[in-house]
Amino acid sequence: MGALEKQRHILDFTLSSLGRRKGKNIALIIVYTFVIFLLASVLFLTDSLKKEASQILQDTPEMTVQRLVAGRQDLIPVHYIEAIKQIKGVQSVTPRLWGYYYDARSGANYTLMVNAELNDHAGEIIIGTGVSMRNATSMPNHAVWKNDVLPFKTYDGSVVPLKVKGFLSSSSELVTSDLVLVSEADFRKIFPIAKDHATDLVLKVRNGKELATIAAKITQIHPDCRPILREDILRTYNAVFDWRGGVILMVLAGGFFAFIILAWDKATGLSAEEKREIGILKAIGWETSDILLMKFWEGAAVSLTAFFMGIFLAYLHIFLASSILFEPFLKGWSVLYPHFRLTPYVNGYQIAVLFFLTVIPYTVVTIVPSWRSATIDPDSVMRM
Amino acid sequence: MTFHPGILALLLGSGLTSSMLCYSAYEGVRIIRDWDINSGSERQLELERKTYLVSTVMSYALGFQLLSLLLFIYTADTISPLFIGAMCAAGSLKVNGFGYPTLIAKIISCLLAGLWLIVNATDNQAHDYPLIRTKYWLLLLLTPVVLAETTMQAGYLLSLKPNIITSCCAILFSTDTNSFVSDLISLPHSLALTVFFTSAAITMALGLLVYLKAKGILLFSLASLIHCIFSIVALISFISIYIYELPTHHCPFCILHQEYSYVGYPLYVAILVSAVSGIGTGVINPFRTLPSLHNVIFRIQKKLALVSLLSILVFVLITGYSILFSNLSMEAY
Repeated sequence: MGALEKQRHILDFTLSSLGRRKGKNIALIIVYTFVIFLLASVLFLTDSLKKEASQILQDTPEMTVQRLVAGRQDLIPVHYIEAIKQIKGVQSVTPRLWGYYYDARSGANYTLMVNAELNDHAGEIIIGTGVSMRNATSMPNHAVWKNDVLPFKTYDGSVVPLKVKGFLSSSSELVTSDLVLVSEADFRKIFPIAKDHATDLVLKVRNGKELATIAAKITQIHPDCRPILREDILRTYNAVFDWRGGVILMVLAGGFFAFIILAWDKATGLSAEEKREIGILKAIGWETSDILLMKFWEGAAVSLTAFFMGIFLAYLHIFLASSILFEPFLKGWSVLYPHFRLTPYVNGYQIAVLFFLTVIPYTVVTIVPSWRSATIDPDSVMRM
Repeated sequence: MTFHPGILALLLGSGLTSSMLCYSAYEGVRIIRDWDINSGSERQLELERKTYLVSTVMSYALGFQLLSLLLFIYTADTISPLFIGAMCAAGSLKVNGFGYPTLIAKIISCLLAGLWLIVNATDNQAHDYPLIRTKYWLLLLLTPVVLAETTMQAGYLLSLKPNIITSCCAILFSTDTNSFVSDLISLPHSLALTVFFTSAAITMALGLLVYLKAKGILLFSLASLIHCIFSIVALISFISIYIYELPTHHCPFCILHQEYSYVGYPLYVAILVSAVSGIGTGVINPFRTLPSLHNVIFRIQKKLALVSLLSILVFVLITGYSILFSNLSMEAY
């Protein structure tokens, strides 16, 4: 009999033997699947959020320069631009005006940002889908349509009516949901920001490799400035999402240990029938190594079934059911949270990590019980 | 430390493997001390049963060890964006002093683990456990290596602090820096190519000799070891540049990326498998004089030689394909 044949027969026997003890095994597989489902959901969600963040950041400026006063971000004088422009390698420096606006009517915070294209159309705005829907939910049957007028309260208490000229596309909802684009004149009406100040500066740089040098030069010329590179932001996002994912994994570790104890218990507590089965197998000529092989296939069948079912369910949970279980913890929260469906992103690395976190501990705890049952003395069990 | 799930997985995996090895070593000491095949005592019976447990524990532990090597490289690769200037595993392994030593320890422990499993499998073929003491002595040697590796890995992973500036692979593996690696790269292209293919041809010829005629086993074993080193040198010095289609890029880690269709994984697995099985033929050779193994050993060596041959062939074919179908031509150099 070939080695492969032998494995196939033992696998065959194992599967039918598993089938004879349906209740016990199904309970184990359900719990196992659930554990893998939870861990896989965390991994899939954090990784696709990371992916989403990096895709969004592709379009952000390579370098942002902020001014710090007393450790807090402050408005930056526009004349700072002159000196920064002189640095070799800097292609362009643009001042940006943006801020947060609390809308008492809907109870949400909007991000107001000046868009140069609107400067010739003072009194008009372009809004994100979240802003328009928010107005709809606070006043049913009153979604914001084109040419509707939204009132904005200025810093001195008066009201500026602004006409909705258009909507931002929903494909960029993750970043534009709470965004309101306004003209510079309207922005300065709403917020008391002097003409010679901006919120921050964005830089374009000819050669990406010079970013660090240019950043160093900026802090030399203007020691009160803080240059932030796109890579810094990306790295921070990565670290934050990894950290959040890791913390949730640690929290789930408690449940996982409970599962491991269950698996240990199930593997140790052999029923009299199972013991008899092993005893008979040995009596008819199976060797200890054959029983161990059978136990190996048993573990593999249980683990792989649970592993793939868990991964499949987690995939459905994250990418089709919008990760209802973990959303609030892992994404962050806000009144105007964008509704978005994550792009499915699963790779071999996640599967390998999951394998290490689940199947390996399970296998380790079942080794000793399987060995114990494999070395049962046939005559002692059959006499029972 | 960063709470990366991959890091948690590696720490958990290595912790489990180490504790399994410690347990096996403990049983190993008892077996070395008390084993007596001719005795029918309760103790001997118990030890005989324990050998099954240790074998099982070890095969799992060493299997995990191999997976853990791959996961380690992959994790180092994945976390590279957290470090300024690191573009792949080459950079993130350099973040602190433990990175490269851990990688080397992992490779060595994988090789030793593979060899141990070969000795174990040989021993299991005979009815009277002829190698029992030998294999448990070897296990006692293997355990400290794995423990050292686990400690170094923990040292590396736990002291990772994102944002430390490290060299990127283009700096680390370029010819400007003066290091052993840069000496490898500056080997004349045609010399490296000739040496690699000659060594592959010789090793395969010796392997064929072992497979067909059972001759030159020690020579083949030695050749396998040397060829394993040459393969790594070849990978860094000239195979990589054909895969990247860039005459200056020698990084041995970027070939693991998706852009290069993960070609690095079959290459590394082929090197490891051919080395373990090739060297394994020589390691079990001294035991052929034992009466109970006399007929078995050659069968095992034949199988090992075949596996080694096939792995080398896979490596050579992938390499040859990469060179012939690469858009890069090095004829001008």
